[in-house]
Order: sequence, then structure tokens, then C-alpha cells
Amino acid sequence: MSDDVQHHIQNYKKVGMTLGVLTVVTVGVSYIDFAVPLAITVALIIAATKASLVASFFMHLIEEKKVVPISKWGFGTILATLAVTALFFLMVIFIPIFGHADRVGEYFTLPNANAPVVAADQH
Amino acid sequence: MDIPYTVAERPDTGVNNVKLGIWLFLASEVMLFGGLFSTYVLLRLMAVEWPFGSDVLNVPMGTFNTAVLIGSSVTMVFAYASLKMDDLARFKKFMAMTIGLSLVFMVVKGFEYSHEFDIGNFPSTSTYLAIYFTMTGLHALHIIGGIIVNSYFLGPGSKMWETNKAQFTNRIEAAGLYWHFVDLVWIFLFPILYLL
Repeated sequence: MSDDVQHHIQNYKKVGMTLGVLTVVTVGVSYIDFAVPLAITVALIIAATKASLVASFFMHLIEEKKVVPISKWGFGTILATLAVTALFFLMVIFIPIFGHADRVGEYFTLPNANAPVVAADQH
Repeated sequence: MDIPYTVAERPDTGVNNVKLGIWLFLASEVMLFGGLFSTYVLLRLMAVEWPFGSDVLNVPMGTFNTAVLIGSSVTMVFAYASLKMDDLARFKKFMAMTIGLSLVFMVVKGFEYSHEFDIGNFPSTSTYLAIYFTMTGLHALHIIGGIIVNSYFLGPGSKMWETNKAQFTNRIEAAGLYWHFVDLVWIFLFPILYLL
């Protein structure tokens, strides 16, 4: 039991240091002159890597399958809950975007709340 | 009357109620912040112009805050590991460090906000600033909530260690899960608002 905790502590230290390195990488990469879509993709990949490290090791998700026996519905409860959450999260992100996809290239939001309103026929 | 399954695993879910409860709460928080991230994406896609975060905000301060919050996540998980090793003093040390780092985060945030207000940047000034203040403001409220809960566990709440070690350890695991989630949100907020 104590060895188990010691093994966990070694993992926490490694993950902590990796997160520090990835933070430096995040900022460093932002200075490279990527096109905006590529910059967003790279930044989100690095952020997702950091997030999965925190979720797997600090939040112990990587142990969930090993520790938790299959519940009577056939899969681990926590992971199933998170799978449903992930699905709904993707819906929340993408449905509004898809809803505007037929008007790609047209602009609706003003950068400045006090800016004069652009005439409606200017696109 | 005792609440059942605070320590023992419930046979149908395979986890104790504390763990299930906090994960369900975190799932609802994912939807809360997810809605705001979706707002950000939509506002930015449809905007005539959008500033680079580094032109408006202080990237070194944001980077420092990111390191501070990740550090507080590390100390939080060490606090939990200390309880697993039956060491209350070590737990208190790491929990105090977690709270200390969270307060540092809030102080730096305070400096950032007051600087923005001083130069006339308010939420009403631009769409970018509106979404910046909304998202970081909601995140800061979550940090304050976490500070309050963690301080309770450092202080009067730690009395439960004398009567029910396993249940107290579970409570710290739940507090840790919440804290790591708050860190996770910041890990996404920082590049989106400050760097892109």
C-alpha cells in the first residue's frame, strides 16, 4: 500500500514537471508565425495534452478501469458519465458553428460595442 | 442516520457516492464552461476584427499564473497522497501550500484586472474584453470557492481525521478533483485568451 502511494508520488512529480515544460512550449509556440487556424490547432493540441495528463494522473482517471469493476451496465460508471459529457460538450461547441456555416465569410459581431452600426446591405 | 456509501463502494456503480457525486458535478461544470467556450468561438468567428491576446493582455503575468495554478494542482495531489500515507502533518503542509498558491493566483489576477480598468478597458469596451472578463471572472469565482473549501479542510474540517480517516480522505479526493478541474479550465483559457 505504501509502495503503491510512493509509485503514485513519483508519477505526480513526473507529470508536474511535464506540465511545466508544456507550459513553456505553449508560450514558445505562440511566438512562431503560424496562420491563425494552424496556430489555434497547435495551441489546442498542446492544451489537450496537458489536460489529459491532469485528468489521467491527478484525477486518477487512468486507474478507473483498473480499480473499478465493470458495473452492472457493462462499463465503468465514471468513464461512461464522462463519455456522455464529452458528447454533449462537442454538441455545445459545434452546433452553433454548424448553424452559421451557410453564411461563412459574413460578419455579424462588432469588435467595439460603441462602433457605428454597419449598413445591413454591406456584404 | 449515516449517509451510505461515503467510503464503501456502491455495488451497482462500483464507486463510492462521494466520487460519483463530484464527477457528476464536474460534468455539469464542463457544460457551464463549454457554453462560454462556444460563445467565444462564435463571437470570434463572426467578428469583423479580433485583437491578438498578446496585444491586449500581459502574457508573462498569464504564464506565471498558469505555472502557479499547475503548481497548486501538484501540491493538492500531494496533500491527498499524504493522507493515503497516514501523515496528517504532511497533508496540512501541502494543503496550506495549495491555498497559498491559489491566493497568489488571485492577487496576480487582481493586478491584471485593475491594470485593465486603469487604462479604460472594461467589459463594455469590446467584444474581446467582454468575453475575457466573463470567462476569467467566472473562473476566478470558482477559485474563490475552492479556496474556501480547502481552507475549511485545512482548519476545522480536519477534525474528521480523528474519527473517520477514510471518509476524510475521500473528502480531500473530492476537493482535489474539483481543484484539478479548475486548473484544467485555466489550461484551456490561457492559450485561447492570452496567446491566440
